[in-house]
Amino acid sequence: MLDVQAGDEQSFALLLHRYRTPLVNFLYRMVRNREQAEDLAQEVFLRVYRAREDYVPSAKFTTWLFRIATNLALNSVRDNRYQRMEISLDAPLTADAEDGEEKKLDVAEMHPNIEQHLIEETRRKMIRRAIEKLPEKQRAAVLLHKYQELDYGEISKILECSESALKSLLFRAYETLRVELAPLVAQRAVR
Amino acid sequence: MDGRLKEGERLEMEKHLSTCAVCQLRVNEFRAVHVLLDELPMIEPSAAFDVRMQARVAAEPAKQNWWAWFASSPRVAFAASMLVAAMVWVGSQTADTPLNAGDIDKINQNMSVLENYDVISDFAPLSDLPQPVQADDASDTKPNQQM
Repeated sequence: MLDVQAGDEQSFALLLHRYRTPLVNFLYRMVRNREQAEDLAQEVFLRVYRAREDYVPSAKFTTWLFRIATNLALNSVRDNRYQRMEISLDAPLTADAEDGEEKKLDVAEMHPNIEQHLIEETRRKMIRRAIEKLPEKQRAAVLLHKYQELDYGEISKILECSESALKSLLFRAYETLRVELAPLVAQRAVR
Repeated sequence: MDGRLKEGERLEMEKHLSTCAVCQLRVNEFRAVHVLLDELPMIEPSAAFDVRMQARVAAEPAKQNWWAWFASSPRVAFAASMLVAAMVWVGSQTADTPLNAGDIDKINQNMSVLENYDVISDFAPLSDLPQPVQADDASDTKPNQQM
């Protein structure tokens, strides 16, 4: 980042290359829409680029990056929720990535073991829905903890809370996931 | 569960788990949740992502500081430096110009006023002068006198 600050465009390209996949995945799991996730990821990188001259390396770059991303994602999730409420309070959520995933099943039908594919797809859908159902701050905490493997200090800075509050947030989130995924958890826990 | 406990904390927890079946079950369930979350596939950004990003960065207005602005506008820089040089030259000329005979005569004529330092510095001596007669008082008394 310090090279980017010094005006090195090549370093910005490296930064983009290194962080675009984790960032897009984090945002995708937050907003559940691939296009929107990419738009938000671009906005994050653009903000990093704009702020390069004022960047002070007081915290880790990943903390700063995911703090911008989390704020954008939380705002987007809230905006989407209000938009959905305006359209219909009872309308099923069909216009998301799940449609795309279901279409993939048509291709998967050509696979010799279609039953296995269906089972795996059902499991993934359950897991996705369990994560989706988490309140957005809990969801962000789980995604940063589980998929980005950030430490408690970093995550608490990103979510602007104390480490003890974060641990409590994570415990509640994992407890909810344990209950939501009980049938799958029981299979695994027995093994 | 996530391998982030300190060594002492981990040993303490393992000691407890070896004697508590309820907690042992709960920990196994949390570990299972962790493994389940790994089943979600990662997605790759679309092929257009980098191209769009580069275009957006290229469209950003370049930030320039003061000197960079001067460097990009040599005519403005030249005009500004000439203006500064002219101001310095005029200032130095007026400061060094010697007084001519006419100026000295004028100063000598006004010397009586200039020498009265008390008047110039604090105007206190002016308070010794008699108060001027109020114009309104004069106008009030005149009709009475007439009567």
